[in-house]
Amino acid sequence: MKTIAISRRQFLKSTGALIVSFNLLPPTGKLWAQFATLPSGDIDPTSLDSWLAITPDGLVTFYTSKVEIGTGTITALAQFVAEELDVPLSKIKMDSGDTSRTIEQGSTVGSRSIERAGPQIRQAAAAARHELLKLAAAQLKVPVDKLTVVDGVVSVLGDESKRISYGQLIGGKKFNTKITATGTGWDMKVAPEVKAKDPKNYKIVGQPVKRFEIPSKVTGEHDYIHNVRIPGMLHGRVVRPPAINTEPVSIDQGSIKDIPGVVMIAREGKFVGVVAKTEWAAIKAAQALKVTWSKPTSKVPATPDELFNYLKNTKPVRTLKPVEKGDVASAMSQGKKSYQATYHWPFQMHGMIGPSCAIADVKGDKATIWSGPQGPFRTRGTVAALLGLKEQNVRIIYHEASGSYGRMSTDDGAEDAALLSRAAGAPVRVQWSRQDEHGWEPKGPAQLDEVKAAVDGDGKLIAWDFADYGQPWTASGTTPLLASLQIGLKPNNPGGSNGTQSGGEFYAIANQLIVVHHINWHFPEPIPLRTSNLRAPGDPGRCFASECFLDEIAADLKVDPVEFRQNHLAGNKRAAECLKAAVDKAGWQKRPSPAPPSTGNIAKGRGVALTQRANTYIAIVAEVEVNKTTGQVAVKRIVCSHDCGLMVNPDGVKNQVEGNVIQGVSRAMYEEVTFDSKGDVTSLDWASYPILKFPELPDLEIVLINRPEMEPLGAGEGATIPPAAAIANAIFDAVGVRLREAPFTPKRVLAGLKKT
Amino acid sequence: MARISLKVNGKTQVVDVDPETPLLYVLRNDLQLNGPKFGCGLAQCGACTVILNGNAIRSCVTLVSAVQNQPVTTLEGLGSTKKMHKIQQAFVDEQAVQCGYCINGMIMTSKALLDKNPKPTDEQIKEALAANLCRCGTHIRILRAVKRASGQLA
Repeated sequence: MKTIAISRRQFLKSTGALIVSFNLLPPTGKLWAQFATLPSGDIDPTSLDSWLAITPDGLVTFYTSKVEIGTGTITALAQFVAEELDVPLSKIKMDSGDTSRTIEQGSTVGSRSIERAGPQIRQAAAAARHELLKLAAAQLKVPVDKLTVVDGVVSVLGDESKRISYGQLIGGKKFNTKITATGTGWDMKVAPEVKAKDPKNYKIVGQPVKRFEIPSKVTGEHDYIHNVRIPGMLHGRVVRPPAINTEPVSIDQGSIKDIPGVVMIAREGKFVGVVAKTEWAAIKAAQALKVTWSKPTSKVPATPDELFNYLKNTKPVRTLKPVEKGDVASAMSQGKKSYQATYHWPFQMHGMIGPSCAIADVKGDKATIWSGPQGPFRTRGTVAALLGLKEQNVRIIYHEASGSYGRMSTDDGAEDAALLSRAAGAPVRVQWSRQDEHGWEPKGPAQLDEVKAAVDGDGKLIAWDFADYGQPWTASGTTPLLASLQIGLKPNNPGGSNGTQSGGEFYAIANQLIVVHHINWHFPEPIPLRTSNLRAPGDPGRCFASECFLDEIAADLKVDPVEFRQNHLAGNKRAAECLKAAVDKAGWQKRPSPAPPSTGNIAKGRGVALTQRANTYIAIVAEVEVNKTTGQVAVKRIVCSHDCGLMVNPDGVKNQVEGNVIQGVSRAMYEEVTFDSKGDVTSLDWASYPILKFPELPDLEIVLINRPEMEPLGAGEGATIPPAAAIANAIFDAVGVRLREAPFTPKRVLAGLKKT
Repeated sequence: MARISLKVNGKTQVVDVDPETPLLYVLRNDLQLNGPKFGCGLAQCGACTVILNGNAIRSCVTLVSAVQNQPVTTLEGLGSTKKMHKIQQAFVDEQAVQCGYCINGMIMTSKALLDKNPKPTDEQIKEALAANLCRCGTHIRILRAVKRASGQLA
């Protein structure tokens, strides 16, 4: 990297060792040397010791690459460990997200951590229990089936004086036991041959336990990534260009010469950053540094009209067909009545309250990264590619970031810190400004959804043709991240899929076609308006289209919207029961929409929406009040029913469902990223990108459906999907205005009212 | 650089910093007080809230030189995991946290509210917290936690 030393300091020559002296985690003593390693240096999943270790005093440390991102996942996963081992939850410590100590179980994304890592962890813990019982049987000289375990102590049934604790059996020692582990990441099957507990006997799984990390979060003691400080650490800030494909023509060093504490300006390719002794000096220098950039070359559709025309009229780079059954074209022509509508969903952002932050210490051919990624192993891969290092020479140490909703799948901050650390020869901490976080975080793509349907003479849907047009994720999957692009790494594909669900796939319609078109989004020359996975990727937009379209048809047929859905749920008991739970709780009055015209200035309405994500079912009833003069919509009440199979931590699920609903209401009502023709984002703070605030909070009632006979499913995303559709349907019910574009601003409502 | 005397959480400490540094960076980097968080640097989100002379203020836009020798309270000044303040305990009891990045601001703003109005209504709490952003959607629980802290929950 080319560097311009301003006051290069001798103190940068710090010690050669990797420093982890900030010890915020309780020490795990010698235990963390127990796991077995593969020839690559990664942890061997077929060794039981790689999954867990037990100290002489009975503390169980369980290792997982799954991470706490504010959703309670780690506590829920610990419940599985405690359950299978019959150890109190307070004796379980989850050691999470360190790539040098954990097995890659896939990123913490997509509502898959409980569903996939849950069984992996359950089986590993069950395998450990079997081994412990074998050891106890030998020690106590009775067969295994004469043993019982209470609170980590094994005793003989009928003679409790014969007992031995897990700590006595294995404390500080290795199991030296092989288990099976086939496949990789979240698809890994771990020890399926081991019999785990019958869920009927669960005592800890299924209980509303308090989350481990909440006490430290309310006192300022939690070890967020933003709070990590490494000895000898400097502070870096990146000076972002007006567009990725511009480069610095000149850098005026004199522009920051009066700022005390600046150590250096670093430049590599199009990447420019500053490093300073204090955080404030780095911030001031990044703001003051005069960089002349070359003229940006990209031009993008700059208005919603241009954008949606582009989505509609550009040849897809890829088309997925999640559902194709029957003969849609023929059924469409045979219908008694047919329908068609188009819906628009805007770019939206994750909007982490705390911006990206990471620390890197790059030394020779090794790098240590402290960061808060949802996929520590993914960050390891991107940083290794960025620095040209072997993956196993890069260690990611996880610390929780701000709630990220998919944004931390894309660990840009780690790359910034890595480049600046390499340039400075010292550990460097980088934290993004609010403007950079809003501007450069990869956004949830915009979507255009076209839906066509036909009904027969009985008002039954016989054809359903759903087409979703949107950008793939330009900043996810295998595409390079921001700093990588700036130093010249090239994307080799247009990006990953923005999901395929929530297009009405769970309805019983004989002829059904659901397709998802990926429209190229500035590949191979990316723009600031990058795209990536935003919570329940693509689903809120598709659900908005499919569930509003159902309401449009129901209204035309003068059928109650709930009844219309129920008529198309044959054979789907969970969907039908989920819908019923929400409407019962809401006190739904059966009648078609819209409601009879109201006389006053405030019109009241109610709407419903149903969806599924990763087999979790969610139904929402929304009640709104529409001000006919101002177009203001107030969401007064939301009732949400939620079925995620076996609930591991019911209060954790409820917390997630509440949060998802509120975020879903926010996205429906307020959120739209704006940008200009260079692809520069113009929503650069919380004033230009408002989210829901306390006075706008609806009343919220949650109905949790527990299915202990099922495997557990995810709760981290689903309920964020249907609020938009339910609210739009409620607005139609209130004033007869059908909104086909989110968010539901007063301007859009007023425009609709003028037409009616 | 200038030597500035600060009274934080009842303790007087002298720091040697650029007097234009926002208080937030001094609290976090010089005094190692991690309760207040950087969220926006624009006084828009509330993550950096501390209490100055009884009022909840935004430390990200308050110059350190402006609070010399005035009493500043941070989240750490309320309590710790070993001995929690009743508002902190109420947030735990209600599990009123998801990622928790905003929670400093929620607790400190509520502290300033409850000191002035010990039995606020739901509407008064919502009004007091109107400029504190939570992205995870913990609002319902935060509201309940503040009610609980004020002794208004059965």
